[in-house]
Amino acid sequence: MLGTGILKGLAVTARNLTGSFHDPARFTTTQYPEERTVLPDNYRNFPFLVSDDEKDPMGTLRCVACQICEKECPPQCIYIEKSKDKKPDANGKMQIYPAIFDIDISVCMSCQICVEVCPFEAIKMDHEFEIATSNRFNPLLLNREQLAKPNTYFHRIRPTEAAEVDARLDAERKAAEEKAAAAAAAAAAKASQAAAAAKAPPPAAPAKVPSPATLEAQAKPAAERPDSSAGGIKTQA
Amino acid sequence: MSAGVFEMDSWLERLPITARDLLTGYLPDPWRWIAQSVIAIVVILGVFGTLFAFLTLAERKILGRIQNRPGPNRVGWAGILQPFADAIKMLTKEDIVPRTADPVLHYLAPVALVSFSLLSLAVIPYGRHLVPLDLDSGVLYFFAASASSELSVFMAGWAGRNKYALLAAMRALAQLISYELPLLLSVVPVVMIAGTLSPSGIVAAQSGWRIGIIPHWNIVTPWGFAGFAIFMVAALAEANRSPFDLPEAESELIAGHLTEYSGFKYALFFMAEYFAMIALSGMAVTLFLGGWQAPFEVLQFIPSYAWFAIKLLALLLGFIWIRATLPRLRIDQLMRLAWKFMVPLALINLVTVAFWHLSAGWATGAQPLRWALALALVAVPFVLIGRRLTSGLAPRIYRYAAP
Repeated sequence: MLGTGILKGLAVTARNLTGSFHDPARFTTTQYPEERTVLPDNYRNFPFLVSDDEKDPMGTLRCVACQICEKECPPQCIYIEKSKDKKPDANGKMQIYPAIFDIDISVCMSCQICVEVCPFEAIKMDHEFEIATSNRFNPLLLNREQLAKPNTYFHRIRPTEAAEVDARLDAERKAAEEKAAAAAAAAAAKASQAAAAAKAPPPAAPAKVPSPATLEAQAKPAAERPDSSAGGIKTQA
Repeated sequence: MSAGVFEMDSWLERLPITARDLLTGYLPDPWRWIAQSVIAIVVILGVFGTLFAFLTLAERKILGRIQNRPGPNRVGWAGILQPFADAIKMLTKEDIVPRTADPVLHYLAPVALVSFSLLSLAVIPYGRHLVPLDLDSGVLYFFAASASSELSVFMAGWAGRNKYALLAAMRALAQLISYELPLLLSVVPVVMIAGTLSPSGIVAAQSGWRIGIIPHWNIVTPWGFAGFAIFMVAALAEANRSPFDLPEAESELIAGHLTEYSGFKYALFFMAEYFAMIALSGMAVTLFLGGWQAPFEVLQFIPSYAWFAIKLLALLLGFIWIRATLPRLRIDQLMRLAWKFMVPLALINLVTVAFWHLSAGWATGAQPLRWALALALVAVPFVLIGRRLTSGLAPRIYRYAAP
């Protein structure tokens, strides 16, 4: 009958009106400046640079100024200038560092591609969203001092991801150390071998690191496999 | 009203009149009348201005709660000062008059609209002794004054020299004139039964109780219930309230006839809308809900103006509730509802009330038959015309969305 739908609708709105007073599941508004919701771990807005040591943020930036993020950034909001000198990184290896690292967050579109492409876990997405300023130029162009935030901060805003990253970096460091130790042992063995068998020239041993040529050789059969399978089907038919 | 009846009332009932007489009692006769009129005008402006302010707040709070959010809660305790913040905002906004606009009409339209809607507040009996202007044909005056608001709407649309405003104003005019008809037709039965056009006479005709608990209000009769429903639906349309707020449908016509208005003139249009809503609700209370009469005999110790206020607020909350529930109609649906549904039902209601009037003398034993016949006269056309109205409009099948 005409009008029953209207009565049903009125009942729904009345239920919402009363429900908003006693049912917290319905009434979910947080009074923002006074109360805050806990942001989900994967919330992101603008990138920041991870530094390993809180006390010396500029000295311990993970960034090695490889400029991959600068090239990948779709709106091109990152500007990097490499340093002329080198500084030891967390593993003690000498690395270039960013002399200038600027992000224009008025241009940044929060796509996280810089984070995806960074091979050094040096750039991550931040949780900071209260960035309103009265000037649209300088305050929105962040330099490396403003961008650098310690690893402990990263742990605070997204514990799970930070733990994973730390575990991965530790494993890499351990692997590098083992590799270095193995290389040192091999070098020592080679040296002793060379000293022992100095008269006979050593045979051409395969290189530890695969050369580009061997990589290509390994990759080729894999690339040709689909063709060969297709040919196989054809011959069967 | 005689002095004897006046003396019988409680002091609370007499309070407003006593206060007025205290203020004006020392004046000579013609001056006293003028002073009393001025006081009535000031009180109406003050009371309904405040009601308007807090009604906007209540509307925003209730709409918010219905949508499961708190609504305005920043200005003052729980947002109680929000209307005043809004007023300051509106007053300090720039008042823009388009270069090609007709400046006189552009200025006059909101002023005329507010004054017309205020005029209609004059004849409503707010309490036993609180009738600002006791006209013998007050009902006629009321609808004449509220119908003049259509003129202002068209004035507003015309004056801005904006094609959207003009089109919207014509649409608004079509809506207002279409709904004027069921509105007036739903009032005719009340006038027929009461035998008077005077609002206080109509209230007096609804006095008394059956066995002390069932009031003689028009709404407890079949024709009165139907008339009340038609009146309220038409009042929604007359006051431009949702679901009939097409004249200012933001999503389709920039802001309708208000397109070229800003600042305080814009606020005046809103004020007029709320005044119209209050006036129409007050008239509905007077015509169908027994005016200022108490619902039960034992509750008469509560002063009459308090009963009027309670009923008025209940109807206004109903307006807000409906706004929160129903989506806006399309213009063709709106017109179809007026001409194919409301007008026939209002005309049939005249037959019902004629039958009710003629069968008033039936014996007590025949009373159930009288009620059954009157109810059938109301319900059967409603169902049949409603079925015709919705025939061919099968329930929508949602193929892709979950029901």
